[in-house]
Amino acid sequence: MRPMAQIAMVMNLDKCIGCHTCSVSCKEAWTDRQGMEHVWFNNVETRPGQGYPRRYEDQERWRGGWRLNRRGALKPTAGGRLRKLAGIFSPPELPATEDYEEPWTYDHTNRAGAPAHGDLDPVAERARRQASDKVRNEFEQTFMFYLPRICEHCLNPSCVASCPSGAMYKRAEDGVVLVDQDRCRGWRMCVTGCPYKKVYFNDRTGKAEKCTLCAPRIEAGLPTVCSETCVGRLRYLGVVLYDADKVTAAASVPREQDLYEAQLDVFLDPEDTRVRRACEAAGIPDDWLAAARRSPVHALISKYRVALPLHPEYRTMPMVWYIPPLSPVVEALTETGHDGEDARNLFGAIDALRIPLEYLAEMFTAGDVGPVRSALERLAAMRSHMRAVNLGEDPDPSVSAAVGMGVYEIEEMYRLLSVAEYADRYVIPTAAVGDARRLEESALTQGCSLDYEGGPGSGGDGPFGRGSGRKLLPLTPVEKFHILGERRTADHTADVEET
Amino acid sequence: MTDTQIPPAAPAEPGAALLEAGRFFRPGTPAPDAHGVAAFSWYACSPTRVRHPYVRGVLLEMYWEAKERLRDPVLAWADVQSDPERRRRYQRARGKGGLVRASWDEATELVAAAQVHTIKTYGPDRVAGFFAAPAMSMVSHAAGARFHALIGAPMLSFHDGYADLPVASPQVLGDQADVPESGDWWDAAHLLLWGSDVPVTRTPDAHWLAEARYRGQKVVAVGPDHAGHASFADEWLHPHPGTDGALALAMGHVILKEFFVDRETPFFADYVQKFTDLPFLVTLAERDGAYVPAKFLRASDLGPEGEGAEWKTVVLDEVAGRAVVPNGSLGFRWTASGKGRWNLELGATRPRLSLYGSEDAAGVEVLLPRFDTEGGAPGQGRGAVVRRGVPAMKAGGARGPLVTTVFDLLLAQYGVARDGLPGRWPASYDDADAPGTPAWQEAHTSVPAATCVRIAREFARTAEQSAGRCMILTGTGTTHWFHSETIHRAVLALLQLTGCQGRNGGGWAHYGGREKCRPMTGWATLATASDWSRPPRRMTGTAYWYLHTDQWRHDLCTADVLASPLGAGRFRGMTGADCLALSVRSGWMPSYPTFDRSPLELGEVFGDPVARVVAELRAGTLKFACEDPDAPENWPRVLTLWRADLFGSPEKGADHFARHLLGTHSSPRAEEAPEEVRPRDVAWRDEAPEGKLDLLLSLDFRQTPSTLVSDVVLPAATRYEKHDLSSTDLHPCVDSCAPAVDPPGQPRTDFDTFKALAERLSEQAVGHLGVRKDLVASPLQHDTPGEIAQPGGVASDWKRGECDPVPGRTMPDLTVVERDYTAIGAQFSALGPLVERLGLSTKGITLLPDEEVEDLRLLNGVTDDGRPRLDTAIKAANTILALSGATNGRLATQGFRALDARTGQETAHLTDEHEGKRITYADTQAAPVPVITSPERSGSEADGRRYAAFTLNTEHGKPWHTLTGRQHFFLDHDWIHELGEALPVYRPPLDLHKLLGEPRRGPDGQPEVTVRHLTPHDKWSLHCEYQDDLFMLALSHGGQHLWMSPRDAEAIGVADNAWVEAVDRNGVIVARAVVSHRIPPGTVYTHRAQERTAAGPKAETAGRHGGLRYSPARLILKPSHLVGGYAQLSWAFNYLGPTGNQRDEVTVIRRRSQEVD
Repeated sequence: MRPMAQIAMVMNLDKCIGCHTCSVSCKEAWTDRQGMEHVWFNNVETRPGQGYPRRYEDQERWRGGWRLNRRGALKPTAGGRLRKLAGIFSPPELPATEDYEEPWTYDHTNRAGAPAHGDLDPVAERARRQASDKVRNEFEQTFMFYLPRICEHCLNPSCVASCPSGAMYKRAEDGVVLVDQDRCRGWRMCVTGCPYKKVYFNDRTGKAEKCTLCAPRIEAGLPTVCSETCVGRLRYLGVVLYDADKVTAAASVPREQDLYEAQLDVFLDPEDTRVRRACEAAGIPDDWLAAARRSPVHALISKYRVALPLHPEYRTMPMVWYIPPLSPVVEALTETGHDGEDARNLFGAIDALRIPLEYLAEMFTAGDVGPVRSALERLAAMRSHMRAVNLGEDPDPSVSAAVGMGVYEIEEMYRLLSVAEYADRYVIPTAAVGDARRLEESALTQGCSLDYEGGPGSGGDGPFGRGSGRKLLPLTPVEKFHILGERRTADHTADVEET
Repeated sequence: MTDTQIPPAAPAEPGAALLEAGRFFRPGTPAPDAHGVAAFSWYACSPTRVRHPYVRGVLLEMYWEAKERLRDPVLAWADVQSDPERRRRYQRARGKGGLVRASWDEATELVAAAQVHTIKTYGPDRVAGFFAAPAMSMVSHAAGARFHALIGAPMLSFHDGYADLPVASPQVLGDQADVPESGDWWDAAHLLLWGSDVPVTRTPDAHWLAEARYRGQKVVAVGPDHAGHASFADEWLHPHPGTDGALALAMGHVILKEFFVDRETPFFADYVQKFTDLPFLVTLAERDGAYVPAKFLRASDLGPEGEGAEWKTVVLDEVAGRAVVPNGSLGFRWTASGKGRWNLELGATRPRLSLYGSEDAAGVEVLLPRFDTEGGAPGQGRGAVVRRGVPAMKAGGARGPLVTTVFDLLLAQYGVARDGLPGRWPASYDDADAPGTPAWQEAHTSVPAATCVRIAREFARTAEQSAGRCMILTGTGTTHWFHSETIHRAVLALLQLTGCQGRNGGGWAHYGGREKCRPMTGWATLATASDWSRPPRRMTGTAYWYLHTDQWRHDLCTADVLASPLGAGRFRGMTGADCLALSVRSGWMPSYPTFDRSPLELGEVFGDPVARVVAELRAGTLKFACEDPDAPENWPRVLTLWRADLFGSPEKGADHFARHLLGTHSSPRAEEAPEEVRPRDVAWRDEAPEGKLDLLLSLDFRQTPSTLVSDVVLPAATRYEKHDLSSTDLHPCVDSCAPAVDPPGQPRTDFDTFKALAERLSEQAVGHLGVRKDLVASPLQHDTPGEIAQPGGVASDWKRGECDPVPGRTMPDLTVVERDYTAIGAQFSALGPLVERLGLSTKGITLLPDEEVEDLRLLNGVTDDGRPRLDTAIKAANTILALSGATNGRLATQGFRALDARTGQETAHLTDEHEGKRITYADTQAAPVPVITSPERSGSEADGRRYAAFTLNTEHGKPWHTLTGRQHFFLDHDWIHELGEALPVYRPPLDLHKLLGEPRRGPDGQPEVTVRHLTPHDKWSLHCEYQDDLFMLALSHGGQHLWMSPRDAEAIGVADNAWVEAVDRNGVIVARAVVSHRIPPGTVYTHRAQERTAAGPKAETAGRHGGLRYSPARLILKPSHLVGGYAQLSWAFNYLGPTGNQRDEVTVIRRRSQEVD
């Protein structure tokens, strides 16, 4: 056992209202600058729909993620290292600007090519092949939900594997996948390699950039900006413990439908004393272990099993999971002539959801409707149980028992999904003191943080003085702040002397 | 990591502030926490940011030239105005660029000069101000409104003009838009989202829906398209747009039959007996061998008149078997003998709900109107009458009037049969011909009858099981219709019948347009300047625009086409303008400008100015301005907009605004009304005036459709750049705005701008105005004794000799107000003496804040004459908070004591926990502060419960502010009878083809399709963002768009993203089509508040730039909205008044050339 800890996220799609506050606050924080106009580290897609960038899930075309080769070993879909090296100067398979959408310029002509509504959703196409009559674009059959996406911070990241320069890495401390800007040479293999298309190319700097899981905030124990601002309160952040030794084998199980279970097997139970001892031995700080035990993400993924991975078939072992949307269930059941409010009928309804199970299964379980159904059944059972409580009746214990849960357990799950406050939704240990130093160093390119011109000591360009650390960091000096202020209020740019 | 990035600044800690507020939520309830609208930062320095004062160049040059000659700003302005050629030159330049920078000094001088000139020449009521939704920035609103009130200029209401004001709310509940906070959605066991797309329009609170669903709440969405809320719901019903009333009536039919007639449900029966007008007796009048319901039976009908007998309604006591006058009706509210008896205590009385089965009662046939038939030329279903029966008896002896109960009438109206009653009744739920049945509604709505029955049953069963925790959320989807009040009354009936109103987790949650100023009394004091003079002038926005943009000249919809087949012909020959004029002269609705002469002139006559006005009116030598709105002396002259994009957002008939009000180019295609449909009492001038307005002033922080047509644009600070207060109906707190950044360039806060204007005006008033006497006409107002001016709701027109003109009785009240125009600046910045001298009244309760004024002297400092200072926004905020019960525990308690004296009930204990609490601006800066339960509202927040309206009524015996003191099913005003709307009834959307000659809906052989044109909110316009935000445009489709169904798109050869035009007789929209299967065929959507600055190419139809989404809409007045002087049907600002409406519109959609410019 080689235990490691990662900060992971769960999003409850039942609660997403598609307001995009996450997208905008992320954009403001991270990508509101030149070269990044087309980039949304966090985006929200309407499903069914083409997604962002357009049809990114069509791996026949974009060649992201991993495949098993004939010997059953993992290989990047876009080709191994040799093939990459051979073709290093030919452009990789990349989405074009129009796939990301032209930046808005108050000029309508660029919007003329905006994507048509209707089909062109690769997931819908696949689901339709499996269950042709269920996914339809008709008024009466309309269904819709929103899918917010950030980088998956995968356990088995294909972007990292794709990088010829070794600029991408998965941080050992908390599992965050990052691009080292100094080492990035702009090959863009990572953009192809990521099946979620969550690594972006900045054509101003010529380097790749991506979601950092708001690393500076996470290190300080704060949730990501997208979580902080989430209006629907659908995001959960917490520690997941996993066994690093098992990742490759799990990502290599032959059947795509087994990948979900395989990934669950990689996760470690923080209540297991053997696991805790192993963690301690592996140097995982105590507050991280404590956080793992209180982790809402662990609870939703492993304990209640209501959260599912997005496209496990890409074999990257994603670490942002989703609770599938439940609604609307009663209507569908009622149409079959049953009493939709009756708890005994509730589970039968899941198969008749307005949102076809088959569509959800194509997103979350490589087409296997079993885990989706079971997650939704748990949610439905919870609602039924709580309805009785709400109306002052005695809940029927057989309802929770039917989904393998106890009465208190289902009420705890309800509390987490419904009432949970900020501190319950985001359980984030700060980077421990020992790690803090390493993390600080990781922001500099190499060596010690005190290792700069003039040597250790006070004054001058110290880490806490002007511009802190090496000049590699183009931080804004204080005097510029005043120039900026003046420029803002001046009538003409020329009025302010650039110093 | 991307180490070129500066990590984001930590935003305000996990909503530390809100966590503080969250403490007031009971455990087990999801508390509010941090969320924000990040995109606003775009505006700090966006290209559309207004950074400096601008004046229309051509105007500024003319003004300079005249000033150079005349050396006096007022004379210079007068000089420009006196020359029609020069005046038209700058008016025609409106909307065509040419704004040049001016200094603050120049700009305020010019504006003040225009105001002084107008006051001097035409009177102060020719100046007006407009602002939307004060609750979001109370100080901003109060500052401008205070300025206008001090000079005697009217403030225009917004809630009605936006079409957001639900007229049913005052009609039924005697209160306007008093609604539960969003936290109370959580308490509901059953939630019907009816025409309210909460995830889009109430975004920050939508989480409560998802969370409550997990608590086992059943959610049903009713809306024509598959919108956001439909994804949330367990069931989605999609009636044809505008037919919701039929669905609600049929649901009511099921509830009445199964829960009242087939079996009695004690919980429901008890509720309607205590809290609704259902047991009250109604007289029946003979008509064509049968009967029609007439008026509520009153004490005065039965015997010798006692005090207030005309206002005391009557029930039949089951125990005593005779007519009894229960406490609580309006006759107890304003009379000396009613003291301590204005309450809902029934004592030993058991009001009989129905006369059915009573020995003295016999079945009689009643006639009831229906409007759902294809009937008559106007398409309003004329001529159809339903014959049903009610049990009736003689009240007060054999010679007394024939009466029945409201409940019996309701069963007749809903078609719920009982054995032995005469008339024609539906055979079963499946009887599609009989109005009221589930099958009948299916024919109108397309919602399957069985679904309607099932939903109704579930709703009522849940209400019974949960003791009234069923809630219906409504919004603009049910409100923006011409006959919206009929939809709402049918919806409200569902809640009233099932005992859900006035409950936590139950009742009507109507959200639309109006936010809630929690510290109401203090805000209103500042905003109306009632600390210096009373009454203020406040005007209904819709009527103002209807007249002054000359839409009345294009109105082909005469009043009598709306009338009931059982009507008395009251509207014969009357147009909308006639109804308005009658309403004004009867004292029902306000009207400014009021008379065809300056009110300063009228106030300064020798002798008694009031008597003189009455005499002149009687003699016909003085006329109301609304009787000749096109006469130059009756035009509005100066209009100021702040924090309100009048031309981009609420206005209907944009092109009429452009032509008649502004006098600039426009593309109206509507013909004027032909002679036979012109007004009876309102003067028609052959030439419609163009360019009534001398000056349009906008204060804004960004360029909007309004600033583009303004003559002067003053740069405003945003909410992140000023001190202000905000509150909403959704959250139980008062919150602050505080500067987070400095604005770029020269913006000022609205407070500072109006302060500067007030000072400038005072300066220029010297020599031009001085001290003047102003005769103010004000309507009979709700929650004042004015509401008992016209007993029985009998409409009598003094002008036709039906009664005498008596101010405050049969015509508006007249008051002479002294104004020192040279002291406006000083008064603006000080709290006037009337606060402690006369007290402050809200909803009929007068507070006396004497101690508070003392405290404010210490807190704010004093002026030279010892008044508390109001010279900064923070001082204004502190004054608002100090003078309101919601934020001052002492005043809340004082108010409850005053209320208790009137009701004889005990409610003052509700403020026990907060009596010592004084919320200051500093408190609100630290954290949003939960408000104190106060008699300014109808619900209790004591002890950490969520706010739900009317819990004071259901729990503490306080009457509703209505005629009977109960919630009304029955309305007996003459005009309501005339419209056939005495009881809830289904009125389909207007048939505009028949009314106005609009094309018929459906494909017509041309590559065009005629469709219902709906204008809902979209995600990022208006509510939390403006549509011109860069990020939002990038994320959304961007630009002007129009959603349509694949079937309609295919019919006219339109692919997704193609350019289309939407045309009707009022205007044209150019937009890109969004083709989506989420939209039902036959309907298109143009979302609200799409910005002209981001879109709007030229239209093929008119060759000019296409309009905004309301261009195809227009104003049509409904007479029922104009009723006044009668109990809850009395005017109050943003409470009752004519509303706009825009969903009845049909437009023609066609594909246009794909080349645009």
